[in-house]
This record gives sequence, C-alpha cells and structure tokens, in this order.
Amino acid sequence: METYYSPKDLKKFAEIGSEAPELARKFFDYYNAVFAEGELTEREKALIALAVAHAVQCPYCIDAYTQTCLEKGSNAAEMTEAIHVATAIRGGASLVHGVQMRNVNAKLSL
Amino acid sequence: MEIFSGEAAVKAPVQPFAERLAGHGLELRRGTAQTLQVNVGLTCNQACRHCHLAAGPGRSESMDRATMAQVAAFAARSRFRCIDITGGAPELNPDLEWFLAALAPLAPRLMLRSNLTALAARPHEELLALCRRHRVAIVTSLPALNASQTDAQRGEGVLATSLAMLRKLNGLGYGRPEAGLELDLVANPTGAFLPPSQCQAEQKFRGDLARKWGIVFTRLFTFANVPLGRFRKWLKESGNFENYMERLAAAFNPATVEGLMCRTLVSVAWDGFLYDCDFNLAAGLPAGSVRRHVSQMAGPPAPGEPIATGDYCYACTAGAGFT
Repeated sequence: METYYSPKDLKKFAEIGSEAPELARKFFDYYNAVFAEGELTEREKALIALAVAHAVQCPYCIDAYTQTCLEKGSNAAEMTEAIHVATAIRGGASLVHGVQMRNVNAKLSL
Repeated sequence: MEIFSGEAAVKAPVQPFAERLAGHGLELRRGTAQTLQVNVGLTCNQACRHCHLAAGPGRSESMDRATMAQVAAFAARSRFRCIDITGGAPELNPDLEWFLAALAPLAPRLMLRSNLTALAARPHEELLALCRRHRVAIVTSLPALNASQTDAQRGEGVLATSLAMLRKLNGLGYGRPEAGLELDLVANPTGAFLPPSQCQAEQKFRGDLARKWGIVFTRLFTFANVPLGRFRKWLKESGNFENYMERLAAAFNPATVEGLMCRTLVSVAWDGFLYDCDFNLAAGLPAGSVRRHVSQMAGPPAPGEPIATGDYCYACTAGAGFT
C-alpha cells in the first residue's frame, strides 16, 4: 500500500456491504433518506455535508461533496463560507473549554 | 483546436451509446420534425471554455444571405412549429435582421439564442425593436450569478455585461409576463460536473436575480456540458475526461430517449447542410449519414430515419435529459 487514501477507492464504498449486507443496506437507505429534499433543500444539505467533511477531515467526503455542491448549484464562495462555519465551531469548541481551564485555575490559585 | 469527429476518433471510457440504447431495447430514429435550428455562424466575441462548437473570435464561418434565403425557402415548404437561431454569436452575422424578418412569418415561434455581450457591443436598438415586433423569444446563457464562475467559463466581465443587458431587455418588456415577450436563461455547469435540477436552479436564479439586481426572466433551463469541441479538449487536458464521461453514462436515463430534441429537430449549419442536432453538427455527422443541403430538400428528413450517435449523446440522456 503506497498511500492510505486513493481517490479511486471512493468508488468502492458500496463494497463495504460485502461482509455485512444487511447493515450496509440499512446504512445506505438511511444515508439516501437523509440527503433527500425535506425541510432543507438538497443544496443546503450538501453544503452542511461539505462543512462536516472538513470538520471530520475526510478526504473522500470532501471530494464527493465538493462535486455534489457544484451539481446542486452552489459556488466556491458559498462552499468556502460553509467551511468557515465548520472552522468556527471547531475553533470555538476548543476555546470554550477555556472556561474549564479558568474554573480549575480559579480553584487552585490564590 | 480539436473538433470531435465520431465515436471512433477517441475511445471514451464508457459503453458505446448505441449499444447502451440497444441494451434497453431502444434505438434513436427521427420523428416528425417540429423545430428548425439554424446555426448562422461560428464567429463569436467570446471563446467559452465549454463551447462544443469551439466558436470564437478566430472563426470566420458565417451564413451568407443566399444560404439564408435557401433556409427560409426550406422553412416555408416544411411548416415547422419553431425556428431557433443560434451560433456562435448570431448578433455578429451582418444579415441577422434580414433573416429574422424573413423567418418570422414562417413558424408560430421564433427563437434567438442571444449572446448578451455580443448584443451589447453592437448597435442593437433596431435589432431589439425587430425582435419585439415579431415576438421573437430571446434565449441567453447565464451559467451562474457570481463573476468567478461565469467569467471563468465565458470570459472576463461577461457577468456584469450580461446583467446590464438583461436589465435592458426587462426594460423593453422581455421576461415580464404582462408583455408576453419570452426571455429564457440557459445555465450550463461551469466545469466537469452535472447541472443542478432545473426546478431548484430556476428557483434560486429567480430569487437571487430579483433580490440583487431586480431582473426577471421567463424560464431557466439547465443542461449538461457536451463533451465536444473546446470542452472535450479541456476535459482531457485537465484530467477530467474519464470521470466526466463515467458520470454522464452513470446518469443515463432511458426515459429521456423518447423526448430527445434530435428526434424532432433539423439543424442547419452555416453552409446550409443538415444535421440531426447541433452536437452532431459539431462532430461532423450529417443527418441520414449523407451530406444534404437545404436547397435539395423537399421537406424535413423523413420520420424513421436513423440518427447518428456518439459518446457525447450521454450528455443529453443524463438525469432529466436535454430536450
């Protein structure tokens, strides 16, 4: 194995069902239902997926959902803003734990 | 410049289109002709990167008035429901006004595929007055509502000029339901990806154009880019060809075949020769596999005549299709 990630592997995703087909069927049925138009449009859901893909740093998901966002009519500026939302939450999640640091510091310090 | 010439020229990584049709028990044959599409030339002020005809400023092919008269005579003896003028940029053909006036009485519907930047760059008051007088539907390309995508596909400054011209057309009544003057938009993807659903894209364009620029339009169409001409060349050079063809083929929808435009359309090239569609024109595959000139035709090609296909046909059968 030369690299852990290959773009071609994305197309093999369905093969994950070969060992546990019933679980895979349930997962993919659920997955497809999640991304169908509901209260949110397919375009909005794809932008959320792209942002989450960056938060979980999944190269497969970034590849797939950049293409999906374009095919749902989003542009680079919208995709970039979505990634900033993920970034803000990731950064904010670290920073807000500073409250715990302050609590501990207050308890230990004179 | 590369013009794709038939399926055998460059083997695409997908099943041959005719074979795919046969697998579904389908074949592509002409129906009753309803639309006459006339390509009045490949000259264009833009060199759009997705152009299947590789039209541009360097192209000099242009329909002359004698050929236009032959096309009008053909239309008169054929009774089409719609006549559709395209290019290149039709506005750059010096005989466009003459041609529109000659065709207007010959079909219930006359369409002009306008290149808004070419229209803006030439005197256009008389042309637009003529279009209004004959109720010519104006159809124009607008791939996106941001400059980075539109200008990347069509050239620098194209979005700003297009928006200015759309406002002008709205001012003349185009796109306003009460005026009955049709203004349609065509949004092609700005790269190697499939178009959004027409319904969702129309909703977004309608909202954004009205809110940001006060622009209205009649309908929006989304079509996949056809892997021919300049777009095919770019697909290969950018390493996107294989994935794009696979994507088109994976989206093959057999239900689109019945309504494909090539079944009911006659495409006439700038030199007067006949094709089943503008894409077969770009690929150099004549209707009925023989070069026939409008002046030789007693009427449109007969129903039942087979239609030549290539791998690029997958662009018309992807998803909701290209009708």
